[in-house]
Amino acid sequence: MDATSHAFPANARAGLADPTLQRALGLARTGFPARRQQAIERLPEFEELREEGRAIKDHTLAHLDFYLELYERNVIASGGQVHWARNAAEAREAVLGICRAVGARIVTKGKSMVAEEIALNDHLEANGITPVETDLGEYIIQLRHEPPSHIIAPAIHLMKEQVADAFRAAHTELDPGRPLDDPRALCDEARTILRPHFLAADVGITGANFLIAETGSSIIVTNEGNGDLTQTLPRVHIVVTSLEKIVPTLEDAATLLRLLARSATGQEFSSYTTVSTGPRRPGDLDGPEQYHVVLLDNGRTDLLGGEFQDMLRCLRCAACLNHCPVYAAVGGHAYGWVYPGPMGAVLTPALVGLHEAGHLPNASTFCGRCESVCPVKIPLPRMMRHWRAREFAQALSPPTYRWGLRLWAMLATRPALYHAFAEIAGRALGWAGRGRGRFRFLPFAAGWTQVRDLPAPEGRSFHSLWAERQRSGGKR
Amino acid sequence: MSARDDILGGIRRALRRGPLPAETQAALAERVAAHRRNLIPARAASLAPAARIDLFVAMAEEVQTTVARVASNDQIPAEVARYLVAENLPAELVMAPDPGLAAIPWDSWPLLDIRRGRAEPGDAVSLTLCLAAVAETGTLMLVSGPDTPTTLNFLPDTHIVVVRAGQVVASYEDGWDLVRNRATGPLPNPPPLAGEGRVGAPAGWPRTVNLITGPSRTGDIEQRIQLGAHGPRRLHIVLVDECSGPEGFGNAPAVG
Repeated sequence: MDATSHAFPANARAGLADPTLQRALGLARTGFPARRQQAIERLPEFEELREEGRAIKDHTLAHLDFYLELYERNVIASGGQVHWARNAAEAREAVLGICRAVGARIVTKGKSMVAEEIALNDHLEANGITPVETDLGEYIIQLRHEPPSHIIAPAIHLMKEQVADAFRAAHTELDPGRPLDDPRALCDEARTILRPHFLAADVGITGANFLIAETGSSIIVTNEGNGDLTQTLPRVHIVVTSLEKIVPTLEDAATLLRLLARSATGQEFSSYTTVSTGPRRPGDLDGPEQYHVVLLDNGRTDLLGGEFQDMLRCLRCAACLNHCPVYAAVGGHAYGWVYPGPMGAVLTPALVGLHEAGHLPNASTFCGRCESVCPVKIPLPRMMRHWRAREFAQALSPPTYRWGLRLWAMLATRPALYHAFAEIAGRALGWAGRGRGRFRFLPFAAGWTQVRDLPAPEGRSFHSLWAERQRSGGKR
Repeated sequence: MSARDDILGGIRRALRRGPLPAETQAALAERVAAHRRNLIPARAASLAPAARIDLFVAMAEEVQTTVARVASNDQIPAEVARYLVAENLPAELVMAPDPGLAAIPWDSWPLLDIRRGRAEPGDAVSLTLCLAAVAETGTLMLVSGPDTPTTLNFLPDTHIVVVRAGQVVASYEDGWDLVRNRATGPLPNPPPLAGEGRVGAPAGWPRTVNLITGPSRTGDIEQRIQLGAHGPRRLHIVLVDECSGPEGFGNAPAVG
């Protein structure tokens, strides 16, 4: 999909002003964090598992070439094929080539953020192939022609009335007077509508949560069972995934699986965890005849060995989105690309460029909740700071902002000057605000005072009070 | 340069090294071959068999799986019939062509209409065995094969699984070992470094291993959980307490 991350400020304002979105986000704000907390409280080893998960991913990334080659050998040995793709265009062509080779007309899809990243649906449609999203959330947003707003709950920005409207508009063969006023009815309708598509599809496309070097397997984790119908019923299964999903063994995957569902939805384990290894075996009564893996790089290997390597540990659980005050306020669409929230603020500039996505690492309060809930301890705030430093070094931010920062740096690196300025400014503001104790308006601070009052300083700075206390020998 | 070589070269450049030295590769191959277990939570691993089975039942019921315990093989047909009546379902089912299921005296309940094979779109109820049941999270582990088609696990509205008490293991890792032991050929590891000899999944390694924890569900609309999104709406386990079933009953002995 085309990124609109450069429009983050306008996107965010629109999100804040949208009452329906705010209602939907209100549900997410409380639900996910509470369920996660309950789940990890039931597992005393959770913290140790996080450390192990981090170590597994770090070990794999340090030897990524070895594990990818082993993985490829094992995929081939089990009868599958691996298609390496340097970028989105190569991945799209690989998928299209496989679809064309079998004369595919209908393609069912399980939820895959990598498929969103390479804008696969548009490419298939442009080439006369009909992609049908089968994850309920993905199906809803496909009907509404919009991108996902959350990596595990793509339609989290919608209320049920909007889903009902989308279904009435799309399912015109059904009785227009049917009741669609609760999630149960909507879920049943989607099940009924999508079932024939599962059966008619020529090709099924899924993503992968993990790739296993030991066995050449891919693993998907779902709750709906749509991914399994997608990959079991058609003649061809294509796994569209990216190369950092690899881990050495099934045991390593088990450790990460214990972290994944708890961090994502607060479940002990998702309903379906499926390990797929190659196509159907001789004698099997079902399963695809062909098994392909499209292995995407798209800028990820550039992150190895540098200050953003830790991002490649990401399990895509969305805990950082679910705990982010900025995401909770503006929603996922504001971020303007596939990956929203803190993980998106770090990953998007790497994948689409800092000139496009420079706003995202700035859209943070640096509260640190994202890092504290990350199952593999990715230092997200630190990496956002790295992006900010690069943005400054590359002169991508507006001149006023840059001059402001320079002025601040000049002040902050000269303690004597800073203390003198702080003392004068503090006293002046304290005096000016002595009546109300706060400011409703202040020159050059409209960004603050437009939406809240600025408390007036007491008059003296902490530094000067501390210095006085030291001089008096700590007695006061 | 091919995309593959370009990507692998890019990885080595980014990591500021060439191809890994032979001894490092050997050590990594050894790590894979050993597939050492990481930390396994004490929740299930610390339990004796009876308590482990109780934990399995409790965890399964927590995610809306229903569980009926029967004393022996002979009682399975009656329990299946009872369940279908209780759920107001027709007495028809499609069953895995699994030799382990043939050992159950289905003739004792002639009103059950049973077809053996893969699931077809019209099938309402399926019945299968499993390879193992993981107590830690109430998870069933099923493998695909000529006798165990995968469609049975996903296409019908109702999935009934017969679990032998001795199949209840503590962890996913116990389950992986069962899958490995079941494979007839040599395991793929250690992989040959120079590209010689057979690599990859061994003969008998299943196309699919399904870990199933409760019926299908979704929270995609307003985060309100609905069962039966696309997979089965109901998952019912018939847990057979009799540990020494007839030959071929169940796919593998339990471990641990």
